[in-house]
Amino acid sequence: MVHKRPGSMTADQALTLDRISISLGGRTLLALSHRVEPGTVLTVMGPSGSGKSTLLAYIGGFLDRAFGASGTVTVGAIELTALPAEDRHAGILFQDPLLFPHMSVGANLLFAIPQIVKGRAARQAMAEAALDGVGLSGMAERDPDTLSGGQKARVALARALLSGPRMLLLDEPFSKLDAGLRQQMRELVFAKARGNGLPALLVTHDEADALAAGGPVVRIGE
Amino acid sequence: MLTRLGPPLTVLLLAGPILAGLLGTILPAFGYLPALGGGSFSLDPFRQLFDQPGIGMSVMLSLSTGLATTAVSLLIVLVFVAGFAGTRLFGRVQHVISPLLSVPHAAAAFGLAFLIAPSGMIARMLSPELTGWERPPDLLIVNDPMGLSMTAGLIVKEIPFLLLIMLAALPQVDLARSRQLSTSLGYGRIAGFVLGPWAPIYRQIRLAVFAVLAFSTSVVDVAAILGPTTPAPLAVRLTGWMNDPDLSMRFLASAGALLQLGVTAAALLIWIGMEQAGAWLRDNLAGAGKRFRHDRVIRAVGLTAMLLSAAAIFGGLAVLGLWSIAGLWQFPDALPAEVTGQSWMNAAPHILDPLATTLLVALLSTAVATLLTLLCLIRENETGRIAGRGALALIYLPLIVPQVAFLFGLQLLFILGGAAGLASLVVAHLVFVLPYVFLSLSDPWRAYDRRYEAVAAGLGKNRLTTLLRVRMPMLLRAVLTAAAVGFAVSIGLYLPTLLIGAGRVTTITTEAVALASGGNRRVIGVYAFLQSALPALGFLVATAVPALIFRNRRAMRA
Repeated sequence: MVHKRPGSMTADQALTLDRISISLGGRTLLALSHRVEPGTVLTVMGPSGSGKSTLLAYIGGFLDRAFGASGTVTVGAIELTALPAEDRHAGILFQDPLLFPHMSVGANLLFAIPQIVKGRAARQAMAEAALDGVGLSGMAERDPDTLSGGQKARVALARALLSGPRMLLLDEPFSKLDAGLRQQMRELVFAKARGNGLPALLVTHDEADALAAGGPVVRIGE
Repeated sequence: MLTRLGPPLTVLLLAGPILAGLLGTILPAFGYLPALGGGSFSLDPFRQLFDQPGIGMSVMLSLSTGLATTAVSLLIVLVFVAGFAGTRLFGRVQHVISPLLSVPHAAAAFGLAFLIAPSGMIARMLSPELTGWERPPDLLIVNDPMGLSMTAGLIVKEIPFLLLIMLAALPQVDLARSRQLSTSLGYGRIAGFVLGPWAPIYRQIRLAVFAVLAFSTSVVDVAAILGPTTPAPLAVRLTGWMNDPDLSMRFLASAGALLQLGVTAAALLIWIGMEQAGAWLRDNLAGAGKRFRHDRVIRAVGLTAMLLSAAAIFGGLAVLGLWSIAGLWQFPDALPAEVTGQSWMNAAPHILDPLATTLLVALLSTAVATLLTLLCLIRENETGRIAGRGALALIYLPLIVPQVAFLFGLQLLFILGGAAGLASLVVAHLVFVLPYVFLSLSDPWRAYDRRYEAVAAGLGKNRLTTLLRVRMPMLLRAVLTAAAVGFAVSIGLYLPTLLIGAGRVTTITTEAVALASGGNRRVIGVYAFLQSALPALGFLVATAVPALIFRNRRAMRA
């Protein structure tokens, strides 16, 4: 299913990285310019320690101050780099699902739904539909810690999508899953990005990820 | 932002009272205190001080008990950690020892006294069968002139503190691998530990060791309960002079407080010398390649000492509780002939006021300390700068400067300023509560996985929402535990309460210590048992509340 983004969130807008440069202690880790079309995935590949995750941190607005960074990130006409992290609306998936352990599965999802969606019933219906969309119907009351690894990953995806993101930032989100599950999850995530018209940026060191993403590949730190 | 105020406020509340208090001690020490007729500077207070009978002996007692306490308790913890860290036994002992941290010094000292006194529990259990005693022997065990009981009382209380501090430092070193390496080279466990990971661990815990040394060279409550009386250790005598109705004694007391500062500084210097000698010895042994493979006996001694110290506190508390409900209890009966609630009923009318004050001061100082600590830690996250060595030294300042040295002056300032009362008592408690709250909360706070915050920001949540709905709930247990530590510290504070309360505001702790000279075991039992029950209650709440709120959240269990 396609989530209609509530409010004035942008969809079907390209993500533009304009002369991004990230350095640590005077050493440039990466430099790139790229345009990611809606529904497509740009894969950034590099060995561990190459600083590829800092790119996501810079776009998401949570880069450690130890790094130096320059360049602008825009989605459509909005310059993200001029906004605080909470106004950038980046749907982030890390290696770990990072479901909030003190909330139920449903509460994790409700937390993500923008405030503009009013009414308890409407919000709950939205959360329930999102669970449906990742094949986890009726799991809202569950304690996240009792879910399997694959289920947790799908809840994390549903949570990111529910917040009405402008893009998806994927930080090796498949690397801790079993091989069989990994392929399923890749297909699900990329299908959601396409279906929602979201530009996605994937950093990974796994060639199979890049292959499954099917989009352009940038290699750094080699 | 409010958080911007956190660090400066914390610095002000920690350093302000200490500096102002030191000044208020230094001026009268040199004869200057116009309010009491001291209009000019002179050395008379010091002349008077050195004319006091047995003053040299008092100084020696303070030095020797302090150094012995620190050396012995550190050695026991070192041998125990070196010999057993990583084993299942270690985990079990750790679980037994950790709660002892919350037992107030005074209650632990009373408990020990009730155990080892000639008419105490140990003598009762052995008599008359093994000893032949039909009545308590005429031995000076408690209040012995060398201060051995006092040192023992301090050691059993400092062991849990040093153990917890050391446990917090252990993750800095890869203990398992370092042990594999040293064992494969043929070193005994203890030698492998001392020659390997001990140096970086000691660097981490050094300020805490200094705090133990400073505390035990200047302690008042434990010394008043277990320590020698002819003469008493320096800090006890000073406190007596300070509370003398003859106000002119304050000049003498202030000069004595400066002497105490010097004694503690001397103890620290001696300790630093011992550190150097220890390092030299270690390097020589390492260079000589001595393996010390057969350390089984030493390990056994370390473990025994650990368990004995825990047994002394637990046993002492049990005996305190027993005395509080004892009816007739003749020597050498091991148990009272009858059990009665009379002591509690008799004490109840006198205990309610101090109890209310105790709780109020503890809750207020803990709340402020927790809030300030949170503001500082949140500020750390905002600026991305972790408080460094200087900040850590400041946090430890109130624990290393001897309490009497600045509390005398602080009391004077509060009295002259007409501010003596509950509020100033809270401020004085805060000086000691804040460091402990900060030290217990900073590690779990800094260890938090900040990717959760990145996720929440990505979901469009601002910092405050993220803090209140994600980070705080996830750290609730750590925050409440830190608060429980602060609460326990406040409950146990004797000297700050005695001096800043100035006799008008009393707590369970000041009342309990005041009972020491009277020797009524039933009343002491009531007060000391209650005093140790309050911190335990705090920790119970800190454990039960998160467990209840998150009862259906498996990952939130410790």
